[in-house]
Amino acid sequence: MDFGFCLSPSSHVKMDDIDLTTFNRLKDANPDINTCIACGSCTATCTAGNFTEMSFRRILLMLQRGKEEEAKKMIQRCMLCGKCTLVCPRGINIRKILLDITR
Amino acid sequence: MNSQIFHPFVLPFVLGMAFVLTYCFVGLFKVILQLPKDDRRQFLRSLVTPKTAWANIRDLFGDCLFHVKIWKRNPLLGYMHSAIAFGWFMIIVIGHVMLFTLKPLEGVEVEGFARTFTNFYYPIFFKYFAEETPVFAFLMDFFLLMIISGILIAVAKKIHSKIVGVKRVTKFGFADNMIRFALWTIFPFRLIAEKTNIMAFWWLYSFDLLIFMFMLPFTRYMHIPTEALFILMRHAGLNAREPRKGYALAQLYSCPSCGLCIDACPMSVNDKMSGNTSAYFMKKLRNKDSEEAKRIAETCLMCGKCVMICPVSIESCDIKFSQRAAVPYEIHSDHSYLDVISTEAERSGEISSTKPKTLYFAGCMTQLTPKIMRAMQQIMESAGEEYDFLDKDGGICCGRPMLLSGKVAEAQAMIAKNTELIKKSGATKLVLSCPICYKVFKDEYHLEGVEIQHHTQYINELVKNGKLKVKKADVNYVYHDPCELGRAYGVYDEPREAIENVGNLLKAKSEKELSICCGGSLGSFNLTQKERDEITSNSVADLMFNNPDEIVTACPLCLKTFARKSPVPVKDIAELFVVHQA
Repeated sequence: MDFGFCLSPSSHVKMDDIDLTTFNRLKDANPDINTCIACGSCTATCTAGNFTEMSFRRILLMLQRGKEEEAKKMIQRCMLCGKCTLVCPRGINIRKILLDITR
Repeated sequence: MNSQIFHPFVLPFVLGMAFVLTYCFVGLFKVILQLPKDDRRQFLRSLVTPKTAWANIRDLFGDCLFHVKIWKRNPLLGYMHSAIAFGWFMIIVIGHVMLFTLKPLEGVEVEGFARTFTNFYYPIFFKYFAEETPVFAFLMDFFLLMIISGILIAVAKKIHSKIVGVKRVTKFGFADNMIRFALWTIFPFRLIAEKTNIMAFWWLYSFDLLIFMFMLPFTRYMHIPTEALFILMRHAGLNAREPRKGYALAQLYSCPSCGLCIDACPMSVNDKMSGNTSAYFMKKLRNKDSEEAKRIAETCLMCGKCVMICPVSIESCDIKFSQRAAVPYEIHSDHSYLDVISTEAERSGEISSTKPKTLYFAGCMTQLTPKIMRAMQQIMESAGEEYDFLDKDGGICCGRPMLLSGKVAEAQAMIAKNTELIKKSGATKLVLSCPICYKVFKDEYHLEGVEIQHHTQYINELVKNGKLKVKKADVNYVYHDPCELGRAYGVYDEPREAIENVGNLLKAKSEKELSICCGGSLGSFNLTQKERDEITSNSVADLMFNNPDEIVTACPLCLKTFARKSPVPVKDIAELFVVHQA
């Protein structure tokens, strides 16, 4: 039955059902991911983020939520300039993580 | 003297020599065939071009025979290497001269193949088969003793490397240690054999030669034959395109693992990190340990100091770069959004409407250190320059970080966009604050009619022209040479000249081409913050050698990095010219 409107699809993520192999592999290779406090400094300074929706903080979040495809799409915008790594208050080697995701 | 023309003890030597010659010739053809077609043509043409041919002859004598670069590094080290290598070369040459001048085989019934065959081993075992004249005997003994003196220094170096000015030496495996032992014993055995004529020592001498020559292709001593080929290829202006092929392969085999790069490397602040130096990279790559080679290539800061200091002039950074480029990526960058930016920028844009002569590109790193940007703005305004910003509210990356990760095609997208923007601006001068940008603009951009200047050069020019008035203060500065400005482009004098206008310039412990990377380099992917901090502390200590009041650098990244560890204020050169304006 068409009411002329519908509910938007749920963005609910069932943590039990998602496949976290990529994220776990990434985490094993770069344990400093665990220290991220999601402050968003990386996003605030991002050169590509100035022109696009690119945000490392969100990429990390997407991977944690198993939304691999979206993360991989966003990462294509990166210019690898390294500003995110320089401003990270936790000293996370973000550039290395970005490269690891694309490999 | 023994009245015979053959003795079985020459066989081990002949066998070893035949093996090594075969290996070298096969290797030579392999390397030349692996070169891309254009490179091969360029290489062959360079051999007959007078200019490169002369450079070839000069370096073949200077590097392969006289080891000039090692002498310059440390005279005792130079003597050690020359005594062994040049001494050995001379006894081989004199052996041949004796064979052809003394004619020991005249009147002996040997013909055809047997005669040719004797030529092969006679010079090496001359004393056993024929009598030397007193002059030749003296020369042979002289050079043999010279070699032995070199070996004595080498043994002393093994025990205590600091006597030749070397702090860290390369750690070798079994094969390298064994061939070194063989090399050390060849000459004492020869001396004893010649003086006593005991058969056992002639056998030992010959067997040592066999071991040396049989192991040569699999150890660092392969640099002896390969360096000659490498010199020819280097002068032909080739580029290492693939990490283990053609020109790069010639370089891998030319590396003598001497370890001079270990002390030079900024990462050698502790034993663990000194394993990331070029000497080990070349060894791992040659031994096909591709995982380790990949790791080291991606850990390197790409500061270029090892290339500068290398006595063989091996371009290890280029090989590391080709190693990075060889790593496959699953996800490729998509920078199509750059097209949209340009149109928007143009529409809103100051860029194409006014046409100032000078265009200032701050670059990503300067965006993170806005005080440099503000200082530059003030300087340009005080000097009355007509200028415009290319990236006032954040521009496009210059492409060097992308290039450093080996993604050449992706970097080209950014380079093309920036080129388009600069060309449209109609500027005749491009001023950059960041040496990282400076290098890529110089190397990869084709901006005909646009003069590219780093802000150190630009400021120095403004002061010289009298456009920027400054007064000298009694402050002691020390200047840190950024890698990509100094070693890459030799911009050493302009910043120093400029600083002397506003203060006293002290010397750092390591300066100019020996300057130590700040540790913040974008060249490295793998180094952790802790490891970088160690490098930075070491570099700061080097700059603080003469107790300056302030550290001055010309790179926003160095500035940020040093600020973490420096006991004194760290400033960009542009800031000085705001503070000390008249």
